[in-house]
Amino acid sequence: MTDAALPALADDPAAPAAASLAAKTRRRRALAYVQAAPMALVFAAFFLVPLLLTLVVSFWEYNEYEIIPSFTAQNYLDVFDGCLNVADPCTTVRTYLSTLKFCALTWAITLPVGFTVAYFVAFHVRSATVQMALFLVCTIPFWTSNVIRMISWIPLLGRNGLVNGSLIGLGLIDRPIEGLLYSDFSVVLAFVHLDTVFMIVPIFNSMARIDRSLIEAAHDAGASGWQILWHVVVPLTKPGIAIGSIFVITLVMGDFVTVGVMGGQQIASVGKVIQVQMSALQLPAAAANAVVLLGAVMLMIVAMTRLIDLRKEL
Amino acid sequence: MTTPIKLSRRTLLRGAGATGLTLGAGPITGFPHVIAAEPVTLRYLGTAVNQSADIARKVKEDLGITLEYIPVVTDEVTKRVVTQPNSFDLLDTEFFSLKKLIPSGNIQGMDARRIQQADNITPIFTKGEIDGRKIGDQGTAPKKVFYLEGQSSRAFAPSPTEWITLIPTTYNADTLGIRPDLIKRPVTSWRDLLNAEFKGKASILNIPSIGIMDAAMVIEASGDYTYPDKGNMTKAEIDRTIKVLIEAKRAGQFRAFWQDFNESVNLMASGETVIQSMWSPAVTKVRSQGVACTYQPLKEGYRAWASGFGLPKPLAGRKLDAAYDFINWFLSGWAGAYLNRQGYYSAVPGTAKAHMEPDEWAYWMEGKPAGKDIKGPDGSVLEKAGAVRDGGSFEARMGSVACWNAVMDENTYMVRKWNEFIAA
Repeated sequence: MTDAALPALADDPAAPAAASLAAKTRRRRALAYVQAAPMALVFAAFFLVPLLLTLVVSFWEYNEYEIIPSFTAQNYLDVFDGCLNVADPCTTVRTYLSTLKFCALTWAITLPVGFTVAYFVAFHVRSATVQMALFLVCTIPFWTSNVIRMISWIPLLGRNGLVNGSLIGLGLIDRPIEGLLYSDFSVVLAFVHLDTVFMIVPIFNSMARIDRSLIEAAHDAGASGWQILWHVVVPLTKPGIAIGSIFVITLVMGDFVTVGVMGGQQIASVGKVIQVQMSALQLPAAAANAVVLLGAVMLMIVAMTRLIDLRKEL
Repeated sequence: MTTPIKLSRRTLLRGAGATGLTLGAGPITGFPHVIAAEPVTLRYLGTAVNQSADIARKVKEDLGITLEYIPVVTDEVTKRVVTQPNSFDLLDTEFFSLKKLIPSGNIQGMDARRIQQADNITPIFTKGEIDGRKIGDQGTAPKKVFYLEGQSSRAFAPSPTEWITLIPTTYNADTLGIRPDLIKRPVTSWRDLLNAEFKGKASILNIPSIGIMDAAMVIEASGDYTYPDKGNMTKAEIDRTIKVLIEAKRAGQFRAFWQDFNESVNLMASGETVIQSMWSPAVTKVRSQGVACTYQPLKEGYRAWASGFGLPKPLAGRKLDAAYDFINWFLSGWAGAYLNRQGYYSAVPGTAKAHMEPDEWAYWMEGKPAGKDIKGPDGSVLEKAGAVRDGGSFEARMGSVACWNAVMDENTYMVRKWNEFIAA
């Protein structure tokens, strides 16, 4: 019994039993719209309107202290300035290539790790209580802010950090490995640390819904463990994998804090470019970059949903 | 089952509504004479650097004015002034931001006749000189943006008028910080920042407008090019500077870039870097951790900065009076002495001197060896007796200023090129 439904039902006149089916359908449809309205309004006010404003502002002119509402495509021209040069790619192409590289690496690591953890918790742990407990253990890193989780890597990986110190102490190396910190390695490490849980949760969720009798049936039919995994579990876990992948990829695409802290601010990210422009009050330029980023992420998600029809699978 | 839940939810809502009502009605209740007797609160927008609890306490004691600090980063200060001039009563920002703030029309000129110490403000600001000697004025030197043509003018006056843009709070001369224990040789020039000897152990700050000036100091020091104005480069000069930075970055010169105070302290204290752009209090902090760190004076001079108080356009009536009272109090000595003890400089050195012990004055301002242990504002020992301040006396430091933090005319282009450098 929802509040939204109440007034609508009260309005319901003592309709004659002969009311046409069409009228009933119409009313039901109107009711559905009313029920969806609050969410739609919130969505419009806090998502669509700001998004449209960003789009509009990205076409405005600006100077040091104001944005001028007159149409220009200059902001987009600036974003793609010099991008046709293949030998020495422009800032935007370089930045996107670097971000895509982190996306691919993070995805390629979080997927098997996340899948393995979820598989273990879902299929190897029998008791529901232990399952729950282990599941909560996975979320422990989230009890502190992600900045703290990142920064805690620094004393570990630094030139005079724990890892280098131990390796030198063991006599395995005689000079500290510089590439541990402020490098692609440290960025990917932090991303995997921060984002694996976003892979675990949806995959675990999909696995928990798999009917155990299917696995039994496969077993009875003589399938080996790997065959069951590959032909039964993986196909049925696809929606979880897709959702997890979308999470991880969008998080990495939009990130600039992790790349900034772990990359020693030396590695570009789209988010960082936007942030630098915002702090210089170049809002229309930042808006143009944001729109391009949004377009890029949407393309990737469309591509992923092409591979897996989420609606059908759910 | 649903009824009690609903009831309680409604009760909650009603409660929340009532609270909202009370809060909303708060400022407009009471009779006019009651309001008039209320103590004034000034909303103080600025970076956290000058927003000390000690100053707030002392002001409350002396004037009865309550300071409500709004601590944000420099860029955010600019954004607030341009977009929400009603959201604060007093502004504390850097002089270079004025090139963005004044054209927005959201700052009112300060009436010099209402500032008691206006004539005693150090000539660094009013004339760009110290002891009658001209100092470097490249970039947004305060003297270029110190006066307005009229109270609500949007143009800077080239010669003194009675309308002041910002009353200086703190200023200082920045240089490179080094780890003498790891470098083991004297560093005398900015060019050492890009010296291959320190490959993978150097850092520059990732704030485009300041970082590019440090880079320009390096390029000038290496003799490659002499800028007509490092604080206002042409597009070609920006290209040239960024090119040098990109080459250094690709060659692995930099360990990391830093963006805030603590990052710079950590890089230096952990030994990740041995030479980098730095701020004076950050060097003090590294030293307080027991790590050797020197704020190295260099022969090419310093990059200076200055911040000051400004008044938002909408400020009027009792709050405006209170703001003037506060600024006059700030210049009257106690606050100046407080800031001098942190290694900054204050606007009216004469009044600050009266509030400092002769030993303290000799150490901080005259560059003499400390007669006894030098204590910070909180009473902790900063330097042992006999220590000498890096860079020497006030005149020696501020007299060697080469350029000032700036906003360039080609700022938009510069920011784009800086992003290119980060992506390279």
